[in-house]
Amino acid sequence: MTATTIARSDVGAARITQAGVVRSEWIKIRSLRSTWFSLLAAVVMIVGLGTLFSGLHAHRVEQGNGPGAQIGLDATQVSLRGVFLAQLAIGVLGVLVITGEYSTGMIRSSLAAVPHRQPVLIAKALVFGVVVFVVSLASTFAGFLLGQQAQASTHAQASLSTPGALRAIVGGAAYLTLIGLLAVGLGFLIRNTAGAIATLFGIVLVAPILAAALPEPYSNDVAKYLPLNAGSQILVTMNFDPTQLRPWPGIAVTALYSVVALVGGALMLKRRDA
Amino acid sequence: MGVCRVIEAQALTKRYGPKTAVDDLSFEVRPGFVTGFLGPNGSGKSTTMRLLLGLDRPTAGRSLINGKSYVDFAAPLHEVGALLEARAVHTGRSARNHLLAMAATNRIPRSRVDEMIGLVGLEDVAGKRVGGFSLGMGQRLGIASALLGDPGVLLLDEPVNGLDPEGILWIRNLLKALAAEGRTVFVSSHLMSEMAVTATEVIVVGRGKLIASGSVAEVIRGAGGGVVLVRTTEAERLAALLVAAQKVERLAPDVLQVSGMDSAAIGLVAAREAIPLIELTPQQATLEEAFMEITRDAVEFHGAELSGTELRGTELRGTELAPSGVGEAR
Repeated sequence: MTATTIARSDVGAARITQAGVVRSEWIKIRSLRSTWFSLLAAVVMIVGLGTLFSGLHAHRVEQGNGPGAQIGLDATQVSLRGVFLAQLAIGVLGVLVITGEYSTGMIRSSLAAVPHRQPVLIAKALVFGVVVFVVSLASTFAGFLLGQQAQASTHAQASLSTPGALRAIVGGAAYLTLIGLLAVGLGFLIRNTAGAIATLFGIVLVAPILAAALPEPYSNDVAKYLPLNAGSQILVTMNFDPTQLRPWPGIAVTALYSVVALVGGALMLKRRDA
Repeated sequence: MGVCRVIEAQALTKRYGPKTAVDDLSFEVRPGFVTGFLGPNGSGKSTTMRLLLGLDRPTAGRSLINGKSYVDFAAPLHEVGALLEARAVHTGRSARNHLLAMAATNRIPRSRVDEMIGLVGLEDVAGKRVGGFSLGMGQRLGIASALLGDPGVLLLDEPVNGLDPEGILWIRNLLKALAAEGRTVFVSSHLMSEMAVTATEVIVVGRGKLIASGSVAEVIRGAGGGVVLVRTTEAERLAALLVAAQKVERLAPDVLQVSGMDSAAIGLVAAREAIPLIELTPQQATLEEAFMEITRDAVEFHGAELSGTELRGTELRGTELAPSGVGEAR
């Protein structure tokens, strides 16, 4: 076996293109088990918990308050509650897509192949974002439909034509995607799995608790701009909480967190040694 | 030979905080040869490789490949193939998927991936996760990855690490064949014996500084050219006359070991003074000896000097052991 068997391939005018890097990241993301486990977990949480919460809600209605007395519950929101748990799986996956490369040294291969670096971050965010959005959207749809079926006995279930329902379904998937992209950005910024996961869930889950401890006039002013509080308003279709942001401004605030993390990650990726 | 500098390091310097990993390092690597990049562990070889590949940014100086900075290549894998130390591969991915992902970035066809898997002999395990690979299989995957774009320049960091004798022979022949095709092959190693048989040219570094460079023969000569063994009936008188020598040791009543003077010069002195010589034998130094000689002061971690009493204890700390056979700490 000698190198003379290495035929010269047509080098020609080959150059790195964003499309090529995207294809590479697509191969990468689908060739890891952690991707499939995380996505499966997210699907189970969204669909399973959505159906379960809906069933429990219907049961409670049947038991006590009777039909019509829905105690103001948002049937759509009830069926999408699984999103809150699924953000754990999506967040962890978003971090791992990046820090998995740093912990194994793969990042050096990736960046040696694409020395301008930015295309790698763009491709990773794009491929991850699309995969998460598509899987999440299918799940929120399924969770909504199964959940509404489970709530049929309340005669107050929602349908796709219920105002805000479609927004909540698509928005729930968008919220998960944005939390995932926040995780990707933090992965590039922190580069360490444990550190990035801790930071992510510190911002998403712990910050609202800390904000609640602030003195009264400030407490909600801060809390409503945190990614969880702001972004999850997109799941609300009725009885809007006046102390929270409205659905669209809310999800926009969450998007801002993701953008800031990604831009920060891109700057650090360019500046730091690999 | 005009345009013969494929890899150029120009006053390359890299500092990490207070530690200088690469210190004002300049060298050139020519095509058509295997050039060894030698140095003890921690001497800055891997850092230099990373600087050449644009992975680390130099504190000062610059490096060029084919006259360009690495980051300016439109499709770097077609120009430079690299085997990075410590297996820069995700352990959860199969070998084939790793290569496919690498190939996609630089628009290298799928067929080339299978070709390279065949070349390095990984057909049977190409679908298995890299995490389960032996060190040798990992190195073969690294070689496949480096050759993907059919590059004219190869930068290989410690390619024989962890390989069995058959694998070492394979790499050795592969490197020579690649160089014979006119490619530039730059290989780092801390194994002198390996470079002595593989490399034509060597660049020796210690503590980030250039210590020696040139052909293997030149580097050996530069290290003192070995020693000459002299057997004579008048050892004492001859020893006193060899003023040009660096060192004259009397190994036996009739045997002198002379360093820093070649056999011709010693023979002439003896002839002039009519001292009978019974034997005059140049001792050929090996690259390994030359390396030990020239890097003596540049070794990061000296071997612990073990006396008999110290050997009783079990306090041998890893870092104090002689820097041989162990992968460069990262």
